[in-house]
Amino acid sequence: MARLYRAALTLLLLLCGCAKEQDNAIHIGVIAELTGDIPAVGASCKNAAEMAVKTVNDMGGIDIGGKKYVVKTQIEDSAGRADQAASAALKLITRDKVIAIIGPNASSGAIPASEIAETSKIPMISPWSTNPKTTIDPKTGKQKSYVFRACYMDSFQGRVLAAFALGQLKAKRAAVLYDVASEVLKGQAEVFKQTFEEKGGTITGFETYTTGNKDFSVQMTKLKNGSPDLILLPTYYSDVPLQVEQARRLGITVPILGSDAWASHDLLGLCGNNCEGAFFSSHFCSSSTAPGVKKFVDDYNALYGSVPDDVAALTYDSFGILFEAMKRAAKPASEDIKTAIQKINGFQGVTGNITFHEGSGDPEKSVVILQIKDGDFRWFSDIKP
Amino acid sequence: MAYIAQQFLNMLQLGSIYAIIALGYTMVYGVLSLINFAHGDLFMVGAFLCFLASSKLHLPFYIVILAAAAGAAVLGVTVERLAYRPLREAPKVSAIITALGVGVFIENFTLALSPYPRHVPELLHNISYNFNGLTISSIQMIIVALSVLLMAGLDFIVRKTRYGSAMRALSWDMRTLPLMGVPVNAIVALTFAIGAGFGGVAGTMYAMAFPVIDPYMGIMIGWKAFIAAVVGGIGSIRGAMLGGCILGAVETIAAVALPSTYRDFIAFTLLLILLIFRPNGILGVPKTLKV
Repeated sequence: MARLYRAALTLLLLLCGCAKEQDNAIHIGVIAELTGDIPAVGASCKNAAEMAVKTVNDMGGIDIGGKKYVVKTQIEDSAGRADQAASAALKLITRDKVIAIIGPNASSGAIPASEIAETSKIPMISPWSTNPKTTIDPKTGKQKSYVFRACYMDSFQGRVLAAFALGQLKAKRAAVLYDVASEVLKGQAEVFKQTFEEKGGTITGFETYTTGNKDFSVQMTKLKNGSPDLILLPTYYSDVPLQVEQARRLGITVPILGSDAWASHDLLGLCGNNCEGAFFSSHFCSSSTAPGVKKFVDDYNALYGSVPDDVAALTYDSFGILFEAMKRAAKPASEDIKTAIQKINGFQGVTGNITFHEGSGDPEKSVVILQIKDGDFRWFSDIKP
Repeated sequence: MAYIAQQFLNMLQLGSIYAIIALGYTMVYGVLSLINFAHGDLFMVGAFLCFLASSKLHLPFYIVILAAAAGAAVLGVTVERLAYRPLREAPKVSAIITALGVGVFIENFTLALSPYPRHVPELLHNISYNFNGLTISSIQMIIVALSVLLMAGLDFIVRKTRYGSAMRALSWDMRTLPLMGVPVNAIVALTFAIGAGFGGVAGTMYAMAFPVIDPYMGIMIGWKAFIAAVVGGIGSIRGAMLGGCILGAVETIAAVALPSTYRDFIAFTLLLILLIFRPNGILGVPKTLKV
């Protein structure tokens, strides 16, 4: 009898415990591209999300308005598709009652998901989406008030690259080769051209190709003919090695500059020694010696056995921004969290200092310029806006 | 001047690779009237064999190129034996669908083994020579020289040897030939071996010139080489060589004269116009000498 009584008491306590924990938990939804075309992106996002949440929970949870809360995440797969991203957002908001969403990463999914977040008044932070339409409503041209991103936009990157080419590389004449089939890369090339010319530089060649081309010798010969001081290649990392090799074979020795599309460690293996000395802009530098970055890279490496890429770093910062905003909020409600995110100023993330301005979901942050040196990505400089 | 010469060299390099691949299409068509759509994928397999032989086994250049050619030839003959021979009497459409299916099979088989792009290490150390602003790389010269050598060799085999005359006879009349004591199956296998072997060599040359390879690399190149074969006159060996050079030239000139975005668009428009006026291709006059 006594035994039964004790068991019943334990059960009761357990139930109370569960109920109490439920009361103390806040739910955050994550939408990642776990399957589909870019599973590597989804995997990095999931890893970083789990790590960020574990770090906070290990410290006893998050303090909102004087009360400790345990963070719980619900990870949904968008399969890299627009429709599935939208239904994942809807599911997280209506069924799981999340108070904020991190993701999706790819703009194709982030744009439809952002519409749902906006109408449901749930804050959403996309770590990696660089398309303007994610935070701006294309119909009205107005900023969405519940949607944020942790990265900078393509137009900003194009401007920074132009400033870097003119300022630090002292280039007066630049030539550009880009993939015309990619909206992102086309945008980077066009903004670079515009800014470079506005600031007094000359564009000596502006050549294109389409995804899948391997022979760039005709375009490179054309670019060489304009005798530029610099070549800009806003192209995907799998095309970069061929372009650089063909340029070098034609005797082009000028510096080569790339964009964030280069940021995959596979580039180093594909390039051999050819890319040595080239520069590119990126969101994140894993070999940075800044204390926060080193700890993040070491912890990530210890957990998953690999170096975090820019998606992982941006996801980690998205959670950082969200947690920081929650700490400042008076209560765990979506409205309060949204207002707190808008007031984030100088948040020290692993991808740099992040500041939001009232009425805009796009952060102000610095761009990292990396150089390929001794077969690795090395930090070269930070460019502030 | 140096600029024009430079673009002319680019043209020769591209044209000779197209020509070598186009030969594979044209030989098979000449003998069996079959368009072997898997040929572009045999080319891709050649490039991957080159990658394996050079980066994993560290073999010297001439063995790498022989291994790629032999591997692709064996695969070509196997495909013929297993997929095309049973359909030799079937309607042509079935054979063409089979060829497409074999192509997709080879692509996806490679994709399952190695889904990511691979970097082929430098097979021969590249030396660039500079003459008054004109840069000639040793790789470019080797590619053009090797192509010319292979084409001359093939032309000799087809025109001067017993095997060559058997191939030509086969393209005239497949039913009568066995009565003359010619082993038809062996000659067909030989044709596939030579065509696929050329594809393997082209894959190696391509991997030397453009050293990042992936399982889908054969599709676009295969189409272009097929078009080169049709322009030259499918079934005609000299036509394939000519067609490859013409396609390389048109593509280069289109990209030089106009923004490079229009490259393929202009090139293919010109080829379509050419075919309207010469539907059999340039050298493909009906009832002419075929392989």
